[in-house]
Amino acid sequence: MGGASRQPVLRFEHVHVSFEGDVALQDLSFDAFEGETRVILGAAGSGKTVLLKTALGLVKPDSGKVYAFGEDLTVMQEQELFHIRSKIGMLFQESALFDSLNIEENVAYPLVNQKSIQCPADQVHSRVQQALEFVELGGTLEKFPSELSGGMRRRAAIARAVVTEPPLTLYDSPTAGLDPITAHTIMALLIKERDVSQTTTLVVTHRYQDGNLMANFRYNSKQGSLEPARDGARGARTTFMVLREGRLVFEGDQDRLETTTDPYVSKFVKPRE
Amino acid sequence: MLDPLKKPVNEVQDFFLLTGRALRNIFRRPHYWDDVSLQMDTIGVGSLGIVAITGFFSGAVMALQMSRALAQYGQVGKTGTLVSLTLARELGPVLTALMVAGRNASGIASELGSMKVTEQIDAMRALGTDPVQKLVTPRLIAISVMLPILTVIADFVGMFGGFIIADLYLSLSPKQYWTTVWQALVWNDVAQGLLKPLVFAVVIALIGCYYGLRTTGGTQGVGRSTTQAVVAATVLVFILDLMITKIFVWQAS
Repeated sequence: MGGASRQPVLRFEHVHVSFEGDVALQDLSFDAFEGETRVILGAAGSGKTVLLKTALGLVKPDSGKVYAFGEDLTVMQEQELFHIRSKIGMLFQESALFDSLNIEENVAYPLVNQKSIQCPADQVHSRVQQALEFVELGGTLEKFPSELSGGMRRRAAIARAVVTEPPLTLYDSPTAGLDPITAHTIMALLIKERDVSQTTTLVVTHRYQDGNLMANFRYNSKQGSLEPARDGARGARTTFMVLREGRLVFEGDQDRLETTTDPYVSKFVKPRE
Repeated sequence: MLDPLKKPVNEVQDFFLLTGRALRNIFRRPHYWDDVSLQMDTIGVGSLGIVAITGFFSGAVMALQMSRALAQYGQVGKTGTLVSLTLARELGPVLTALMVAGRNASGIASELGSMKVTEQIDAMRALGTDPVQKLVTPRLIAISVMLPILTVIADFVGMFGGFIIADLYLSLSPKQYWTTVWQALVWNDVAQGLLKPLVFAVVIALIGCYYGLRTTGGTQGVGRSTTQAVVAATVLVFILDLMITKIFVWQAS
């Protein structure tokens, strides 16, 4: 399904990132194609968050190339990157909602500030409302982030990430620190966004069950709920990556992941129920 | 051998890069005027009380101390002159800057530091905004406008504090006091009394923002940045005060 002849939406070529001597990513290469889901697993400090920030151009690699939508991010100035970033939605680990703005202003932020989006002022409110209803937070427009629970903040941040309908979405530990029920709700939202908008999705997580959901479930828009994907329909488009100390130590589908003999990689795998 | 110098040199370089970007953004769109007026209110109006109190008591104390010294020469009538000169040239600009540094360099560093450690700065960049344009430049403009105004207010309140002492304890007539206050000032004093707060304002705003934006290490890091910002801003105010005073003394002679 990967289609080697097609241009990847996101491409890493031998990317190396370090911070004051500490290596965060080493010789990292992969391609993410349109409509593909990539689940990135790894221990804390293995470079998962840095990978997503590098994909957004927030972190400049020491060497190597990063291409998003065919454009080389490593040679771009900050102002030039804004155009690319408007096509990428990002959910930060701690939600990163702006404390001084209410939820409506937070979700409206990319619509108002990203020049290339060019959303007419009279449509901002309705699009924000729509995005918040998508994450089932329609009644929280006037609230401030500090007034919401952790799960609700995460949902509001998802609304902010997808309000511009970006073709590529990056989720950094979307279920970290949440109870299992809320975590499942968040994962269901990510699958809904992926399947409704047909986006290319990168999910960083340390929970195998998150990856399992992404690989084996799809959103049924008629019933408004998740259902198991038909054999191969979704699974073939989900690739698992495992990072260890900045290196890519595994890349492949779920079947290969579950049969791996690598002791580090197998730590992240729980057999399917 | 030069490795120990690498870090401080890099920090100075980063500070000047931030300064350059913040100053350049004053002339570049988009301008966040709402943020500028919000900061003017927070920094300017918010600091008014503390600045007025500082000015009043320093003027009053100056009047008391100077009148004792002048009494030795039978020149108590010149108290207004000394209060006026010390306030306009030194105490007004420096004490106001120290108050604003303590109150606002720390506030800016902790606010931006908290945003940095909670990834809000990264989110801002990801959502199409330059954090220097959105956060640093409005604070720079706001403090640069408000600190000279606060200094002028502190000067006048200080002169009024001196007047209360002169009237109650020194038996000087209001006319005598205010005439000596007014006549003591020349353009050189007014110029240095306004240039100093402008320079201090740039330093306070940029130091607060610089330490805030380079925060790492969670809430502990925010505390560290806040302390560093206040210490650096305070020390720089004193160093720059000496340098500017030297220039004006040299120019006047």
